[in-house]
Amino acid sequence: MKLSRRNMMKLSAATAAAGAFGLPALAQQIDELVIAYNTTLPSWDPTTGPSAVNPTIQGIYQSVFDQFILQQPDLSPAPGLLTEWGWNDDRTKVMMKVRQGVTWHDGSPFSAEDVAWSLARAADPATGNPINFVWSTLENFAADGDMVTADVKQFDPTIFKWMYFLTGYVLPKAYYEKVGADSFEEAPIGTGPYMVEKFERNAFVRLKANENYWGGKPDFETVTIKFVTDAAARVAEVESGNAHVTLEMPYEEFDRLKGTLNGVAAPISDIGMIFLNDIDVMLDENVRQACALAIDKQTIIDRLLSGYGVAIDTLQTPEYEAYDASIKVPYDPEKAKELLAASGYSTDNPVKFKIQTTRGFKPKDYEMIQAIVGLWRRVGIEAEIEVYEIAKHYELRAADTLAPAAFYNWGNSVGDPTTSTGFAMFGPSPHSVWDGADLIEKIGPLWGEADEAKRIEGWKDVDRYVAEHALVIPLLQYVQPILSAKGVTVTPHASGALLPHLMKRA
Amino acid sequence: MQILRSLLFRLASTAATLVGVAVIVFFVIRVVPGDPIAMMLPPGATAEDIARLTALYGLDKSIPEQFFIWASGVLQGDFGTSITARRPVLDLVLGRLPATLELSIMALVIAVILGGVAALMGTRERGTKVEAGIDVANGMALSVPDFLWALILILLFGVAWPVFHISGRVTPSLDLPFVTNFYLFESLVRLRFDLWVDIVSHMFMPALALAIPLAAIIGQLLKQSLKETMHLDYVTLARTKGYGENHVIIREALPNAILPTLTLVGVQFTFLIGGTVIIERLFSYEGLGNMAIDAVINRDLPLIQGIVILFAVLFTVVNLVVDLTYALLNPRLRHA
Repeated sequence: MKLSRRNMMKLSAATAAAGAFGLPALAQQIDELVIAYNTTLPSWDPTTGPSAVNPTIQGIYQSVFDQFILQQPDLSPAPGLLTEWGWNDDRTKVMMKVRQGVTWHDGSPFSAEDVAWSLARAADPATGNPINFVWSTLENFAADGDMVTADVKQFDPTIFKWMYFLTGYVLPKAYYEKVGADSFEEAPIGTGPYMVEKFERNAFVRLKANENYWGGKPDFETVTIKFVTDAAARVAEVESGNAHVTLEMPYEEFDRLKGTLNGVAAPISDIGMIFLNDIDVMLDENVRQACALAIDKQTIIDRLLSGYGVAIDTLQTPEYEAYDASIKVPYDPEKAKELLAASGYSTDNPVKFKIQTTRGFKPKDYEMIQAIVGLWRRVGIEAEIEVYEIAKHYELRAADTLAPAAFYNWGNSVGDPTTSTGFAMFGPSPHSVWDGADLIEKIGPLWGEADEAKRIEGWKDVDRYVAEHALVIPLLQYVQPILSAKGVTVTPHASGALLPHLMKRA
Repeated sequence: MQILRSLLFRLASTAATLVGVAVIVFFVIRVVPGDPIAMMLPPGATAEDIARLTALYGLDKSIPEQFFIWASGVLQGDFGTSITARRPVLDLVLGRLPATLELSIMALVIAVILGGVAALMGTRERGTKVEAGIDVANGMALSVPDFLWALILILLFGVAWPVFHISGRVTPSLDLPFVTNFYLFESLVRLRFDLWVDIVSHMFMPALALAIPLAAIIGQLLKQSLKETMHLDYVTLARTKGYGENHVIIREALPNAILPTLTLVGVQFTFLIGGTVIIERLFSYEGLGNMAIDAVINRDLPLIQGIVILFAVLFTVVNLVVDLTYALLNPRLRHA
């Protein structure tokens, strides 16, 4: 811009106006970190109601509350409020050692009693914990010194993984019992890195650093998380300097801004997949195989998602424990044509079915399905697209009435195969639509397998079987785009949680 | 007497409308796809878990049974508990209503000012390039939907020239001394102009986005009405008396010409409140509309019901007020 007298006057007026309206300047030294978050926080109780199982909210919960076990950015567990954990030899008891010297945000001491109470509360069906069926595999919780023990009612090899997954939070027994559920919602306390200073429902939460945090005081003294649900507004917030960090914007916007701002795009524990329901034409293995082989995943990622995605061939991502790089489902349209021909289908006589998808729920979900339908058409598959809301998907899936093919995303932030292949493919699970007895037989024994190495190998075998018979079509692992101001360095967490205490001054 | 009888009739029909809305919304949201329990089902949940959660939220009963439980609660002022926020629906809805009302009223004020000025200027400069310019601007304002105006405003005054806040209702770091949720009004009453400026800088863009299409409608209708009135005998008489054009338009023509516009403003105000749903979402403004979208996404049935009922109350009350105001202002109706 040419620096004329008129332009100088315009700039002065703009600066004065900005000052008058109190807009934050693009300060070199950020005192109060402002994050434009992509969802609202309906409730502060991380163990009950729909919010408890909403993966997007977990980052806010984890800023205030600690989970039983800490999960590191690469998804691996680490000592947190529990420093040691495990079973006895015959797997009839669990033992947990509790960290000493931790205090709640109100200054009261944290103890093993809090852990035992939190576990017992989670296992009590009356509290409305949606994951109650996991916690209720333990009973008779007892605290003694810095140890907590419980009896194993039903052995679950993943029980300690749930302690850093959904609803696995430690709440303050004495405080909660004193103030009750309603007052806890108004003034929640935890042992986490940040304390709630101010909360305006649907608007923002203002957090103050917990100076006594056992993991060390966070870098930023004050953090304001603004709930900005519209992606365009989030981009505008960070572009204008009103916010310092934001996430989940269109990849094109990320590419546009990552030069002027800090940009991090890392794979997270969320995948895109197509459920195949064992009805109609999907009972024909040739059709299923052809559907899987006719999809050029990498091209779809490159063209539609600007390259932000990782093509996958099983429901495991490279970070998950049962990931097996040797299982491959290649892009092979010729083979797909052969398989379809064997079943009497061709481009002149295509196999027809319906595919359901959301539109705008995940990045380019509808466009991806459009591209896939286009690729399918070339080999002799004619799929009719039906757009539905995500709520409808849940309802249809729970009732096992999805269309022969249905697009969905699947999160699994603990990386265990039970919470990916297990729940998605085990017939009796309300989340599975494939009910084949052969697969149920293969998966059944793995639920209670105590030998960890054998368990993981077992799940790899299941994944291989699923891929060979095309019982589901895994598409891609999502990449989460995060933009931050130049003064802030963000450490991405593979779970997808955006954690303020992992943000540092650059 | 006639007005009183009319008022009683309107109140009765308003009550019937609200009952109808309550019945429709209750049954429709239970019939449309989307089960709130399925929304919160974790991986691995069994049929027993589903049954337990369904019973916990009272959804295991038949729909008529649920309706009568809900309706009897409503009659006692209990609109149920939000599934997601786990708080009484009435508290949540009434807590957000002031934000939406303030935004809608501010948008209406802006629309009336912009539309009124455009109509008066267009009438005064009728037949000139100024009127043509106003018509073109009106056409543009009408043809671009409010959410697009919102994006344009965000780009202009949020990013390119950042003078207004893009999201929220007030700066989080400010300490608010308010006892009501009418922040704008209360900041004025308390003479806290620093807070007032902050609140206005948050509200201005969403209010303007809502106001622009309405301003165009007001401008067009009022100008048309004024132009018709300008040909009437009493206006001509005023001119012959030597009054200036401004006096003729504002003092003589406007009082008569404004009546149809007033009715329209009332009707449009209800649409304007409805329009806040999208605009509040775009600006992350913590009003009823934003809450409504979250409630629908999460299939929070009690909250959806509460919000729809409140919107219905607002619509009917505004329409009632407009009709009464029209009757009071229109001498033919006043003396009927």
